[in-house]
Amino acid sequence: MTGTTSSGAGFDYGLFSFASKDEMLRKSQEFWNPGKTQFWIDSGVPLVIDRREGYFLYDMSGKRLIDVHLNGGTYNLGHRHPEVVHTVSTAMQHFDIGNHHFPSLARTALAEALIASAPGGLTKVIYGSGGGEAIDIALKTARHTTQKRKIVSIVKAYHGHTGLAVGTGDERFSQLFLADAPEDFPHVPFNDLDAMEQALAGRDVAAVIMETIPATYGFPLPNPGYLRAVKQLCERYGALYIADEVQTGLMRTGELWGITKEGIEPDIMVTGKGISGGLYPIACVLVNERSAGWLTQDGFGHISTFGGAELGCIAALKALEITSRPETRSRVHYLADVIGSGLRRIQDTCPDWFTGIRQNGVIFGLEFDDPQGAKYVMKHLYENGVWAIFSTLDPRVLQYKPGILMSPELADELLDRTAVAITKAAREAAGQHGSRAVRAGWEGRR
Amino acid sequence: MSASFSSRPGPGPGPASGSSGVPGIASLPAMPLAPGGTPRALAMVERAEWAARAFARYDIATVRRIAHAAALAGAAQACRLAEEAVRETGFGVVEHKVVKNESCSIGLWQAYGDHDYVSPRIDEQAKILRVPRPAGVILALTPSTNPVATTFSKIMFGLLTRNAIVISPHPYAAGVCAEAATVMAQAAVAAGAPDGCVQVVTEPSVPLVDALMASSRVSLIVATGGTAMVRAAHSSGNPALGVGPGNVPVLVDATADPGAAATAILDSKAFDNSVLCTNESVLIVVESVADALEKALTRQGAHLTSPAETDAVRAVIFDGDRLRTEWIGREATAIAAAAGIRVPARTRVLITPIDLVVPEEALAHEKLLPVLALTRVPTAERGIDVARAVLRISGQGHSAAIHSRDAATVMAFGSSVPVMRISVNVGNSLGSSGFHTNLAPTMTIGTGFTGRSALTANLAPEHLVAETQVAYGSSPATPMPSFSGLDPWYAPDGPVPQYPVASNLDDAASGRSAGRGAEHASASSAGANGVAGPQESDELRDHLRRLIVEELRAMVKG
Repeated sequence: MTGTTSSGAGFDYGLFSFASKDEMLRKSQEFWNPGKTQFWIDSGVPLVIDRREGYFLYDMSGKRLIDVHLNGGTYNLGHRHPEVVHTVSTAMQHFDIGNHHFPSLARTALAEALIASAPGGLTKVIYGSGGGEAIDIALKTARHTTQKRKIVSIVKAYHGHTGLAVGTGDERFSQLFLADAPEDFPHVPFNDLDAMEQALAGRDVAAVIMETIPATYGFPLPNPGYLRAVKQLCERYGALYIADEVQTGLMRTGELWGITKEGIEPDIMVTGKGISGGLYPIACVLVNERSAGWLTQDGFGHISTFGGAELGCIAALKALEITSRPETRSRVHYLADVIGSGLRRIQDTCPDWFTGIRQNGVIFGLEFDDPQGAKYVMKHLYENGVWAIFSTLDPRVLQYKPGILMSPELADELLDRTAVAITKAAREAAGQHGSRAVRAGWEGRR
Repeated sequence: MSASFSSRPGPGPGPASGSSGVPGIASLPAMPLAPGGTPRALAMVERAEWAARAFARYDIATVRRIAHAAALAGAAQACRLAEEAVRETGFGVVEHKVVKNESCSIGLWQAYGDHDYVSPRIDEQAKILRVPRPAGVILALTPSTNPVATTFSKIMFGLLTRNAIVISPHPYAAGVCAEAATVMAQAAVAAGAPDGCVQVVTEPSVPLVDALMASSRVSLIVATGGTAMVRAAHSSGNPALGVGPGNVPVLVDATADPGAAATAILDSKAFDNSVLCTNESVLIVVESVADALEKALTRQGAHLTSPAETDAVRAVIFDGDRLRTEWIGREATAIAAAAGIRVPARTRVLITPIDLVVPEEALAHEKLLPVLALTRVPTAERGIDVARAVLRISGQGHSAAIHSRDAATVMAFGSSVPVMRISVNVGNSLGSSGFHTNLAPTMTIGTGFTGRSALTANLAPEHLVAETQVAYGSSPATPMPSFSGLDPWYAPDGPVPQYPVASNLDDAASGRSAGRGAEHASASSAGANGVAGPQESDELRDHLRRLIVEELRAMVKG
């Protein structure tokens, strides 16, 4: 597939081509997903990702964007990281997806590496082809282990859209497909230990599933000690603790796994997205010995043709190695420091609009003083060359996730663009809503 | 980490042999991207970039504290590392390496600790403000012959000038260099230096060094080592301070004190068995003092070889005109034994007379071992010609020595011999490297334009720092304000970088960036972070207290 231009020749990708971006968008609506396609056009983000490289995305128009969405951390290491690309390309001369029935070279090697990297107590790895399937595996494993059905998650949780996972999440996605099952999937408010204890007290809960920091909810930070207290409640009431580390793992908090920063050894841990460097889909469930029983009782209990595809395992081995380097950890600490203090400086220029910064490492939730605030900021960031996404379940908050290998220069550029975009968004929001606070804050500074 | 993470060249998760280990697979390429841990080394450079950026804003007091701590730590390990260097490389003499290791740690602190490569200087006359700006990320290539001393000196220079440094040692000395660098790095970071400001490549290889040198994130290469490597540094496209090889002529004229000259020359030639590039290579002696000098040399532990012995020594240490590396830094007695020469056990240096200094005479080439060629000349004038002949073979721009009490001869030597430094009436090993003269003490000898280097002096901290010149109009009508009391640099108030504590756990979050330089001194408003209001926090505390009490009860019962 060759590079393209937006010149009169149209967009030729070898196997397919489009005459123009307009034609592409029209066909996207006709043949693919009209709702999604229209949503982005209406949001002022008419992005069709063409070229991608490092932390840059290029729209079909040629417009360059710094990617701080990273598709939830999928592109933690950047787009098409050369080492991962090389590793996968080389592996394709020998490996393919593999056969899920048999012991597998790459699956075993990755499992060993994952266990070596993981919080204490986790001993075995089960593979899925994506995060949702991995969550389903985790929930099924918890049910088997405890012989209980109920799964507790938090209100506004997001763990994927597959059969069981969708039940743990917001009704927006479960009710749409008549997949909500509140009797088996009670939801409790985040950071509310009393509610958690009430949900668990009946001793009929198989597991509590928690993102270490709930991403789609805008990264609200767990109160100090909250997660440990939840873990203790799980122990007291016979439930397993499932750590969803899909977005908080892989060095984003400055440690390989966010849950270890909380001092928790989960019974089950799920990783996905960035684990395979954005090049080959794979997700992994790490379980402790107590939860690993079904793998002995009936090793065919969960079958997945593409789960743990060997090429994905090889991509993951390399991505995990890059991510685990001491140099990478050090760089994340620098980046967190620089972006954190840079954002606080921006915040000081408009504290009434840019009301809060939730930070853990290079995970950021930026709060704005408007129920849809992050959508304004997203649009202005896009216009100013940055792609970051609002939080689906709390559009007041912008998800802002700089890549862990970002260079100092790019961090500076990102902050420059962000400062301008946030200021412009403040002006637009003030104009749209006449928000007194915003206008006062803005004018007070001129 | 698991063995699967080895960055050594190898098969990775493929057949164990890396090729043809599996029937039907003719050749499976090795999985890792590049040999010898190149990706890791490049990651080090990227980490160093962050460190350099933070370090560049440190103030002089902090810089001095860091450099002093590193110097003390290095000196404390001077003996152990000297022993390990000899064990790993087989080159040199432990007690002499101890001297060098101390000279290049605490010695360099004593030489440079009171210099200031950090604070802005104001030239009120010229109306120019000069702000020191470090190079950034320095890639330092260090040799096998002086592994610890060179590593120490480059780190010391780097720390004094606020540069981040990545050491790429010669593969023969990779282990001891890594240890030496780690000793100083840990001390520096403990004293407040930014994380990653001193790093060392643990698996050096030629392709790895090539990749590092080509990295656009490297600000400056400082190359001490063989000609090929120095050339590669100069060709890399990055700024490079490379140095050429030595081949030191030493002239003893009729006015010299033969006894004193013999002592200086022998001590220098025997020092660390000649592994310093400043060691004497060809002794040129004026006929009228030649017999006296030879006597003095013999008396002080040199063995003067017969013509047959000279041939035997040449055959042992040279392969054609290439020095056999296995003899570098070995004892004179060992070389004599290999050449079948019986010498007294106290023999420190073998002196091999030669008639003609020409390229085809192997003994006129550089000798990093205690063999010194000797040639007689009728006059000092002729001696200068011969010194120039030595340098035509190799060593242009490097160093030379002269033993003479005649100013005119010294002036003639200094103005004719194409080197950048000349030691007078002192051994050249420690003379031209600045430890026994008032030249800048260093392990890296700039060979100047004739030696194909942009560095003409002994490498010193000042070569690793540039300055921004802030110049006012020269017209008297353009005034320059007072800058007194203004310091753009800061003293960090904790580890750099800060550990990334979650913002709702970090009590000091609002003051965290204070002190990062004036423009960084802002703070976020309190209470802006997190989602927990005060009420929720109280509830949580109560709940935690309850849980802890219950746990304690359970423990007491249990």
